[in-house]
Amino acid sequence: MKVSITVNGEHTEHDVEPRTLLVHYIRETIGLTGTNIGCDTSSCGACTVHLNGEAVKSCTILAAQADGTQIVTIEGMSKNGVMHPMQQAFMENHGLQCGFCTPGMVMAAVGLLNENPNPTEDDIRLGLEGNLCRCTGYHNIVQSVLAAAKI
Amino acid sequence: MIPAQFDYQRATSAAEAISLIGQYGDEAKLLAGGHSLIPLMKLRLAQPSMLIDIGRITDLSYIKDAGEHIAIGALTRHMDVEKSEIVKQHVPLLAHAASHVGDAQVRHRGTIGGSLAHADSASDLPATTLALGATYVAQGPSGQRLIEAKDFYQGFLESALAADEMLVEIRIPKVGGGWSFQKFNRRAQDWAIVGVAAWRNGNNSGVALVNMGSTPILATSVSAALANGASIADAAELAANEAEPQSDLNASSEYRTHLAKVLVRRALEEASN
Repeated sequence: MKVSITVNGEHTEHDVEPRTLLVHYIRETIGLTGTNIGCDTSSCGACTVHLNGEAVKSCTILAAQADGTQIVTIEGMSKNGVMHPMQQAFMENHGLQCGFCTPGMVMAAVGLLNENPNPTEDDIRLGLEGNLCRCTGYHNIVQSVLAAAKI
Repeated sequence: MIPAQFDYQRATSAAEAISLIGQYGDEAKLLAGGHSLIPLMKLRLAQPSMLIDIGRITDLSYIKDAGEHIAIGALTRHMDVEKSEIVKQHVPLLAHAASHVGDAQVRHRGTIGGSLAHADSASDLPATTLALGATYVAQGPSGQRLIEAKDFYQGFLESALAADEMLVEIRIPKVGGGWSFQKFNRRAQDWAIVGVAAWRNGNNSGVALVNMGSTPILATSVSAALANGASIADAAELAANEAEPQSDLNASSEYRTHLAKVLVRRALEEASN
């Protein structure tokens, strides 16, 4: 079936099987591999992208369901070579260790601030409950989001 | 994991969805937010050959104050229930329970109707709407019918919905009084090992249990005892009377029974304040 999805502001249109997951469309059909597949069971959040401005887990959405929507992935966060404030805050606050969860963390954190621009530390911990960091680097992730909220 | 092959059609109205499911019969499944169904399809626990996507039927996404009750469209997302001023004002127990479903990403996609129709006794909303005495509106080829929540859950992942029916609306009575939601789990986003949804308004109360059997359980003995003047501690001892808790990797049946009594007591203490 034909789906057309705007990804990071660019129109994409491809013929895919109905069972194609959005994360596979992003990674394999259009080749943006910044979005990771971790657990593949909507637990870990590594595959988080924005769908019409909201954080969602792209491993549990069909490309067909995203037909006609606006998707933003981690590749869409920096503009003209300048990092998004959340990316900058993760860098400055050591918000990443191995980096595998980071694209999903950044997308979930940006989504969180869109909905709650002045979160407390508790708000951030609760708001990121759907994103797992196997390095257990949560402390600095939370510090990064607190720092980004101030920018 | 990629689901097994299926065909996909998008319905633009409830009537169209029902007509399609009538056409394809048992081979078809309705897809709302997909956050219960797609994981099952990845695991091959469900293998529909036709998916009918109802996720874009926007006129089934609403929350209305209907006087005696709150009417919620079946395709209303958990995040919208959680944040609704109407729900927070009139049935805060439901708003709170909705905020405990999965995580933010899941709540952006998952729908109340999808969660109830999935009929998982480990999910938060079936038990919560059961405690609140909700009525579900099902639509089929010959029109709509009302199903009481207490008659809806018939077995593990089995509901009273006919194969050619879909949920279109959830009606939640404005029960008033105090409320409590207790969810005992090991990690934030997990299903409850045992959960309790409870409200109390004078002699009237509703108590339902999450993950205490193959269906969500209405703890009628607890409410009857309270209505007859029993203390909270005595009523809570009856928490598991209607339950048939299973043993699994997380907890034995005996431990679940113990948890239910403790959590019902805590819930009633909170709801009675």
